[in-house]
Amino acid sequence: MSDQLSIMCVSGLHERIQMAAMTAATASVGGTQVSVFLSMNALPYFIKGRDAKPDREGEMGELMAKKNVPAFKQLFEQAKELGGATVYACSMAMDLLEVSEADLEESLDGPLGLTRFLSDAGDGQILVF
Amino acid sequence: MNDENVTVVDARGSFCPGPLMELIARMKEIEVGDTLELLSSDKGSAADVPEWVNKVGHEMVSNEEKDGIWHIRVRKAK
Repeated sequence: MSDQLSIMCVSGLHERIQMAAMTAATASVGGTQVSVFLSMNALPYFIKGRDAKPDREGEMGELMAKKNVPAFKQLFEQAKELGGATVYACSMAMDLLEVSEADLEESLDGPLGLTRFLSDAGDGQILVF
Repeated sequence: MNDENVTVVDARGSFCPGPLMELIARMKEIEVGDTLELLSSDKGSAADVPEWVNKVGHEMVSNEEKDGIWHIRVRKAK
């Protein structure tokens, strides 16, 4: 794996957000510089006061709900705290949702535009969930 | 095996990558030369933790399974 990994998390489905969070956490603690971009249906889960849980895509979502799987928000926070990852909110999605930076959960690093995110990604690997 | 300076991290019941994250969080708190013993019921973590240890340069002390629980000892090397 290259030293830089950019993760675009856009799905609102639990399995996909979970996999994005697992990847962010595991890669970052292994020394990879990880940056996460939350957009589309993934972003609302990171707005203060929105407690909705993501829908499940299939069997794995059902199983994760029953077993002690780390919560995806916890994994993103661990990616930041233990691996130095950054997690941004897509500014376009924020505009659509009509929310400001103050509405984002504290664990996020703030708003970012797609142009800047892709520019920062450079020649590194980009994964989309 | 000398059990002095071994701190147990009990991650039984947690699934990947929970045990690894709990280990790393504690690893940041201990001194170089100290050892952690991770208890994990997650088979995948038994393989993943040594990968992380080797990648970042700590020292695997042992990795044993007893009654469905993995006891993974890691010494902080830096």
